[in-house]
Amino acid sequence: MTNATDFLLSVEGLTVSFDGFKAVDDLSFYVDENEIRVIIGPNGAGKTTVLDLICGRTKASGGSVKFRGKELTAMREHQIVHAGVGRKFQNPSIYDDLTVFENLEISYPRGRSVWGALAFKRDAAVRERIHEIAEMIFLADHLEQRAEYLSHGQKQWLEIGMLLIQDPQLLMLDEPVAGMSVNERVKTAELLNRIIADRSVIVIEHDMKFVEDIAHKVTVLHQGKILSEGSMERVKNDPKVVEVYLGH
Amino acid sequence: MTRSFLTGTRGELLGVGVLALLVLLVLPLSLDVFRLNLVGKYLTYAFVAVGLVLCWGSAGILSLGQGIFFGLGGYCMAMFLKLEASNPEATKIQSTPGIPDFMDWNQLTSLPWFWEPFHSLTFSLAAVVLVPSALAFVIGVAMFKRRVGGVYFAIITQAIAAILTILIVGQQGYTGGINGITDLRTLKGWDIRTDEAKLVLYFVNAALLLGCILLCLAVRRSKLGRILVALRDKEDRVRFSGYDVANFKTFVFCLAAALAGVGGAMFTLQVGFMSPSFVGIVPSIELVIYCAVGGRLSLLGAVYGTLLVNWAKTSFSESFPELWLFAMGALFIGVVMAFPNGLAGLFQTHVVPRLDRLRGRGLPPVPGPTRMAAE
Repeated sequence: MTNATDFLLSVEGLTVSFDGFKAVDDLSFYVDENEIRVIIGPNGAGKTTVLDLICGRTKASGGSVKFRGKELTAMREHQIVHAGVGRKFQNPSIYDDLTVFENLEISYPRGRSVWGALAFKRDAAVRERIHEIAEMIFLADHLEQRAEYLSHGQKQWLEIGMLLIQDPQLLMLDEPVAGMSVNERVKTAELLNRIIADRSVIVIEHDMKFVEDIAHKVTVLHQGKILSEGSMERVKNDPKVVEVYLGH
Repeated sequence: MTRSFLTGTRGELLGVGVLALLVLLVLPLSLDVFRLNLVGKYLTYAFVAVGLVLCWGSAGILSLGQGIFFGLGGYCMAMFLKLEASNPEATKIQSTPGIPDFMDWNQLTSLPWFWEPFHSLTFSLAAVVLVPSALAFVIGVAMFKRRVGGVYFAIITQAIAAILTILIVGQQGYTGGINGITDLRTLKGWDIRTDEAKLVLYFVNAALLLGCILLCLAVRRSKLGRILVALRDKEDRVRFSGYDVANFKTFVFCLAAALAGVGGAMFTLQVGFMSPSFVGIVPSIELVIYCAVGGRLSLLGAVYGTLLVNWAKTSFSESFPELWLFAMGALFIGVVMAFPNGLAGLFQTHVVPRLDRLRGRGLPPVPGPTRMAAE
């Protein structure tokens, strides 16, 4: 067993059961600094549940998740965020009633307590950072627009932007290109390639072309367990993987 | 994005100015003291409605128990006034002089310990705000930390309103029971029953309400205000942006409770008594209706809604007392089905574009759903 402190994230023996059904079963994997890890697997394999467990949305029944030596399973959601873990949901999860600017502002990592939020001032540093991020996520011209009126792809970018502004050390993306047009998909891949510098990313994705483009390492989940792990090349040629997943 | 001259900070302040003109000038000049006192009573409900705009409109937390906090604020004030009215001189025919009359009727021989601090006006005024917000804090922490929300939260607040009513009615000797605390006379020797006093109290009440509206506007314009809207929409996203959502919900619930408490205290001062009939489920729901009719997203709308529904209630129930409850129920259903943003929503979609055109700015009307939803 490798020394857990060498990794940014070490998941060991992670288990969760819902009414006896083990959605994630004794799962262990390790993510390095600056690594892009893609998790693939058929529907119901437990991919999203793994992200839920890491970010504290679901409580684990057993096992441990260590992020830079800190045990995440004992922390509450907002504390996990403060520790440096960002999570993007599968469906674009943004605030429809607020403008793009306000969406980004809420995600800006300052004034996160009740009194801090009351006293929060929209100063130059905040504006500058929001403009910088908006530029990056192709929404610089939409800052004053209500988020409700963005296209599906733009909403996905906005949510990625909301995570970027927090500057997390570990970014978890759940199907970031699902439902996007070809054009948007290309732009998203470009965006992801730019933002992965200086951070680790865990991505869940179905689009094999996209996975091949970005993955350093691929983990294949099946029925809550790891079926195969390694480079895309290796995983693609693993007969077990071909049988349950890629072959279809 | 199309912006009307009536939106944004300037528009909001303009709206507060118009309301100030109405309640501080137009109404006092056009109504006699009796009617004005009635309006003053309605305006005390507006404190609750304004609080509901933040709590329910902005943050999406529907409380069907705001009567609890209105009542607590009112009782805190009434306890002070009652103690002042129960000096040994005025109560010398009682078997125990110097305690409130209802205690004497209930064979109490000394003032209960929790009544003692209400000899102090400072303490009582602080209690008007602190007692309701402390209870709201306890409820908020107990519910929101456990992620109880939506309909369940509404039902629990209703249950608490019912419990508090039963408690007040049942503990007659300590609370005055079903009659409430009545026969209040003076505030530090100043008779609150005279026409002159009623006029003064009306203005104090109106000024306090305007102050509270400005406070709420400031809260809504802060980042906290936007976080409330955000968590109404996507609670999980707010949580995973690093906020402890329960704290924010508890804060806004406490703020609404404190506002309701101030309203209750002003009610006691202007009407001259406080009773459990302002605490229970029915008055709590009525308070929500005022807010809904006025527009749950608009602080000013809630004030107009309160005034209108109460005015309708007074004039309608003078002629058809037995029909009023049905009319109010129908009004509520009608508003929720047809005008979910209430009067303020109608104003925003129909009146504002016309006003803009009148000003000759040539701005086209705001398309589709208006900016209201975020405000």
